[in-house]
Amino acid sequence: MPEKDTTERPQTAPADDAVAPKSRHAFGARRKARIDDLAATAGRVDEAGAVDDGPGVSLIASAWRRLRRDRVFLIGLTITVIFVLVAIFAQWIAPHDPIKQYLIDKVRRQSNPVPGPEPGFPLGADDRGRDLLSRLIVGSQQTLIVAVFVTIISLVGGLVLGTLAGAVGGWVDSLVMRIVDVMLSIPSLLLAFSVAALASKPSQWTVIIAIAVTYIPVFARLLRGTMLAQRHSDHVLAARALGVKRGAIVFRHMLPNALGPVIVQATLVLATAVIDAAALSFLGLGNPDQRQPEWGQMLGVAQEYLSSYPHLAFYPAACIIVVAFGFTLMGESLREALDPKTRR
Amino acid sequence: MLRFIIRRLAQMVGVVVFLSLLLFLWLRSLPGGTVSAILGDRATPESRARLEKALGLDDPLYVQYWHFVKRAAVGNFGASTKVLPGRDAFDVFLMRFPATIELSTFAIVVAVAAGVPLGYLAARRRATIFDNLTVIGSLIGVAVPVFFLAFLLKYFFAVKLGWLPVSGRQSGSIDATRITGFFVLDGILTREWDAAWDAFKHLILPGLALATIPFAVIFRITRASVLEVLDEDFVRTAESKGLTNRIIRGRHVMRNALLPVVTTIGLQVGGLLAGAILTETVFSFGGLGEALAISFRERDFAVLQVLIMAAAALFVLVNLLVDILYAVIDPRVRTR
Repeated sequence: MPEKDTTERPQTAPADDAVAPKSRHAFGARRKARIDDLAATAGRVDEAGAVDDGPGVSLIASAWRRLRRDRVFLIGLTITVIFVLVAIFAQWIAPHDPIKQYLIDKVRRQSNPVPGPEPGFPLGADDRGRDLLSRLIVGSQQTLIVAVFVTIISLVGGLVLGTLAGAVGGWVDSLVMRIVDVMLSIPSLLLAFSVAALASKPSQWTVIIAIAVTYIPVFARLLRGTMLAQRHSDHVLAARALGVKRGAIVFRHMLPNALGPVIVQATLVLATAVIDAAALSFLGLGNPDQRQPEWGQMLGVAQEYLSSYPHLAFYPAACIIVVAFGFTLMGESLREALDPKTRR
Repeated sequence: MLRFIIRRLAQMVGVVVFLSLLLFLWLRSLPGGTVSAILGDRATPESRARLEKALGLDDPLYVQYWHFVKRAAVGNFGASTKVLPGRDAFDVFLMRFPATIELSTFAIVVAVAAGVPLGYLAARRRATIFDNLTVIGSLIGVAVPVFFLAFLLKYFFAVKLGWLPVSGRQSGSIDATRITGFFVLDGILTREWDAAWDAFKHLILPGLALATIPFAVIFRITRASVLEVLDEDFVRTAESKGLTNRIIRGRHVMRNALLPVVTTIGLQVGGLLAGAILTETVFSFGGLGEALAISFRERDFAVLQVLIMAAAALFVLVNLLVDILYAVIDPRVRTR
């Protein structure tokens, strides 16, 4: 294995490096690099062929091999792992109880609505005298819950609809896709607001469901596309010729092949779910229960003090941005790693 | 071509009809519903029943839906209860429509004007510092909540520095003539240059906030698409024929690379409408987005109906136009 790696690398890496600085204004440099590239590969056609014929490397294995070296992916992964660890151990990390109003005595509605930092409370308190740092740390839990459940619910919903449409075809396909089209024709945030408004009492779960609903059609569409592309492909035809049952073809032969883009999309949804939850809170449709701090909710509450105490908004916003950025980095590099076109 | 357009129009009608059904059911299942919204919480059962009868809410569901469609077809969605109490909900839409169109147009123009050239440059200078920085920048742009960005822009450029107006669409001191409701256009048409300039300045901050996400998406699609086209055989052929860079860039690379970009621009329109809800609220811009935010918060169902229908219809219509444009650019699409 490592030998193959070293034989593959030189073909691509130096070529890219050579192209980069020269290709600013002329195609000529690209052309040269291409010729060099061709020349470099000319002598090794046999080797390359041997790699292809050798024991097949699964998509996931080869993707992982690329990702392991991908700095962008590693940064995203680090952010995500830290975030998840903080969320899991929040109760022990947080210096104070996020609900207890330690500094309530210092809150003066007129002169000092938001107590500043002091020993033991490095970020100060919020408008109800609760420790801001502890609320941020514990808030990661609810944020993680929102992100994960939105993704799971929309993924499952999309899987069911997409598989149904892509595998069965015919009128089922038409019906499902028309519903999906209608859902997609409503701007996603607007759809989320509409669903959130349905709930008589907003809570964390109405937020999760409202956001999840908007991503179901996205997953459904994605999955249907990849399933449709496979329906007439050789491996499905072969399976059918062998008498494999329809269900088995769908679940064992088509679905696994269709999962790549879905996984990428799921990673990206993790990011947008956090941001959408913040938007819902901003419009007053979020979880009003402040005993469960959540970054979006904290940001929504903080907007009241934005002109005089912007730090109250900056901290939760920074947390959201960093975490969403981490998820996005992971998703984008996953997309590149799983894309057969960029895979070599 | 005509058949293509007709088929797409038929599809669009189907989507809108289906949407109206969903919207109808949605409104009926809202907590409290219309009766509570009008009478408030202290209504007696008798007065509730009377109002239900008066509004036709005791009819079977399909009869109610039929009435709903009949009224909706002529733009009668009932009176606004909270956004502009007493006014016809459709009037609210008509009054606020130009503001959002003006803002969204500004945002999409900014997003395209910045996203396409930067995406092209990033692709041509692949793996350079310029490429990496712009890509990372676009990813951060997506990670920042739109309303927070709007806040930041407002806080620094309007409140702290005072370069641009804090909110609204036009300074109160300016007595501008209104013709179309598009303030910048009005100023130009009436040659009240100060009014046009003032309205434009009001557009900049909310427009920039609204443009970030479309910009990031358009940038990345352009970059990916140009990268893909650069690898095509016909580009190599063009190079080997000795064509000038300009012709290769214009005819061979950009024309092909822009196809997915055009589709993306159409899809961004939906996102713009949703983003407008947030940015308009931050800047009190007085458009459809702000009206939507208010009607969600205050449960003004008549206005909600109109605005959601309009948003969806607009989105579908724009995408139809995009598909037609697509067929014009790429003759291969027509035959499919």
